[in-house]
Amino acid sequence: MAQMTMIQAITDALRCELRDDENVLIFGEDVGKNGGVFRATEGLQDEFGEDRVFDTPLAESGIGGLAIGLATQGFRPVPEIQFFGFVYEVMDSISGQMARMRYRSGNSENAPITIRSPFGGGVHTPEMHADSLEGLMAQQPGLKVVIPSNPYDAKGLLISSIRDNDPVIYLEHMKLYRSFRDEVPEDSYEVELGKAKITREGTDVTLIAYGAMVQASVKAAEELEKDGISAEVVDLRTIAPFDVETVVESVKKTGRAVVVQEAQRVAGIASQIVAEIQERAILHLEAPVLRVTAPDTVYAFTQAEEVWLPNHKDIVAKVNDVINY
Amino acid sequence: MTKHKAVGLTDDEVLAMYRLVLAARRVDERMWILNRAGKIPFVVSCQGQEVAQVAASFALEKGSDYTAPYYRDVGVVLAMGMTIKELMLQAYAKASDPNSGGRQMPGHFGCKRLKMLSGSSPVTTQIPHAVGIGLALKMNKEKAVSFVSLGEGSSNQGDFHEGLNFASVHKLPAIVFVENNQYAISVGLDKQVACKQISDRAIGYGMHGETIDGNDPFAVYKAVKDARTRAIEGEGPSLIEALTYRLTPHSSDDNDMTYRTKEEVDAAKARDGFITFREYLVEQNILTESVESDMEQAIKEEINQATIEAEEEPYASAETLFDAVYQ
Repeated sequence: MAQMTMIQAITDALRCELRDDENVLIFGEDVGKNGGVFRATEGLQDEFGEDRVFDTPLAESGIGGLAIGLATQGFRPVPEIQFFGFVYEVMDSISGQMARMRYRSGNSENAPITIRSPFGGGVHTPEMHADSLEGLMAQQPGLKVVIPSNPYDAKGLLISSIRDNDPVIYLEHMKLYRSFRDEVPEDSYEVELGKAKITREGTDVTLIAYGAMVQASVKAAEELEKDGISAEVVDLRTIAPFDVETVVESVKKTGRAVVVQEAQRVAGIASQIVAEIQERAILHLEAPVLRVTAPDTVYAFTQAEEVWLPNHKDIVAKVNDVINY
Repeated sequence: MTKHKAVGLTDDEVLAMYRLVLAARRVDERMWILNRAGKIPFVVSCQGQEVAQVAASFALEKGSDYTAPYYRDVGVVLAMGMTIKELMLQAYAKASDPNSGGRQMPGHFGCKRLKMLSGSSPVTTQIPHAVGIGLALKMNKEKAVSFVSLGEGSSNQGDFHEGLNFASVHKLPAIVFVENNQYAISVGLDKQVACKQISDRAIGYGMHGETIDGNDPFAVYKAVKDARTRAIEGEGPSLIEALTYRLTPHSSDDNDMTYRTKEEVDAAKARDGFITFREYLVEQNILTESVESDMEQAIKEEINQATIEAEEEPYASAETLFDAVYQ
């Protein structure tokens, strides 16, 4: 097995799907000749040709609409939105249209589209380049939202997303692109959508996270262990629809939970998870379920980024609150 | 040579064309009656634009070409093969409506069988979709075109620009058909655009553009026919603007007398292509009195039957709310 960074695993997944399904198309701004601003599509145009991997004009709404038209003709478009902050330009195509193709056509059309996009903070990109907007996507019925936290999952989840018959928003945390390597099989494989993973087993408290916050949670769990606190870490992997059973089972076992998200606090994924836990497992809880989130401000300027972003220390502090409740 | 033969249409073909224009007008008139009677919730009308719609569609190949119509295109969808019963089913928003099973507003036409892609209520979204279909046709080397229609108001949306630009860069087999009915709900043309004609915008995309009289079925037919030939031959997309006039208010919920005058509407009614097309066919002795009365009678019966049948169909049940959100 090869050692791959997350971005290598993503490129590898795209290569597998371009090779295995002639209907898969990759397009977007700078994805062809340049191989993407983060090099996620590097070499793919040379390998598969300009019909399969192509550059579009600078026009996000057009990219989304084009994907819909192609999808109705049997293609599996995998467009890239260069930074997820630019999604506002293509919101109508995503939430207003591709998410509703199946519903509004009385099940006669569908939109097997996977939108890939880099997002997330911690790499000194300012607002619109770092925003965590997965909550906006999760509010739209018809969409699935996938966020990998490591190279192995990144490859399997992307392959599953492309093969899925509904539109998937596949978000790639920029800080994870090259921060570590994993064993990643060279063959094609799927990681099932909608299934969370217990990244680390524990008995005293459940940490629920996704994306870059999984690493922060694991780091927090390691520190907590030194104090004799055993933390279980659940990696959601799919944000919408999320694996409520795995979350609830873990919380029933530990009796305490802290939900971690990098996004701002209001109306976020974490709020939804807290609500589901209290509806389904309140009699198992020893303490209120707490959240670790970014504050409700516009994404921080670079000099304040480390203050603004949630980190493992914030998680340790919240865990101590629920343990000492 | 007569005008229709000059563009390659036989007597039978122009008669078939007129029948579709007549059917579109009569269906639309029935919709208004049903709306005012409280039977159907909403009408967004085709009146004044039927000739342009039907003549343009007549230049397409039914069964192979794709359409992405807009909400006034009763003439387009009838010409492409939607039945009057199906139009009634969507007006009543019944479960068996092939457009959306009663999910969308009336006038949001889409039908897989007819290669017709549904749009959504924010206007102009259909253009990038049609451009995507055009790209698929080019990649699959199909001898077919993607036809998309819109009002002139839609030419001010970003998707108009993004779609036309992409289509022209890749020389896609697409026809962008603007039905310029002079109004975007209440906003007249002079407050919509500063260019002389919408088709002038084609220059900026490096594509063919032309403006024609939308009340002249032969001019419309020829323009779209030529656009189709260019598209099939790899010469890229065309922007065709048909000048029309919206004879009704924007919708059954609009009062147009707050922003235009009765005199203006009456003057447009005198130029209505529906009337001038009929006069031409009468002059040519193609539409005789007996042909016309048979045609009117047959259409009326079909509409009556379709209305009764659609009314009897069940609405979609609330249990189906969860259907087709995901696979």
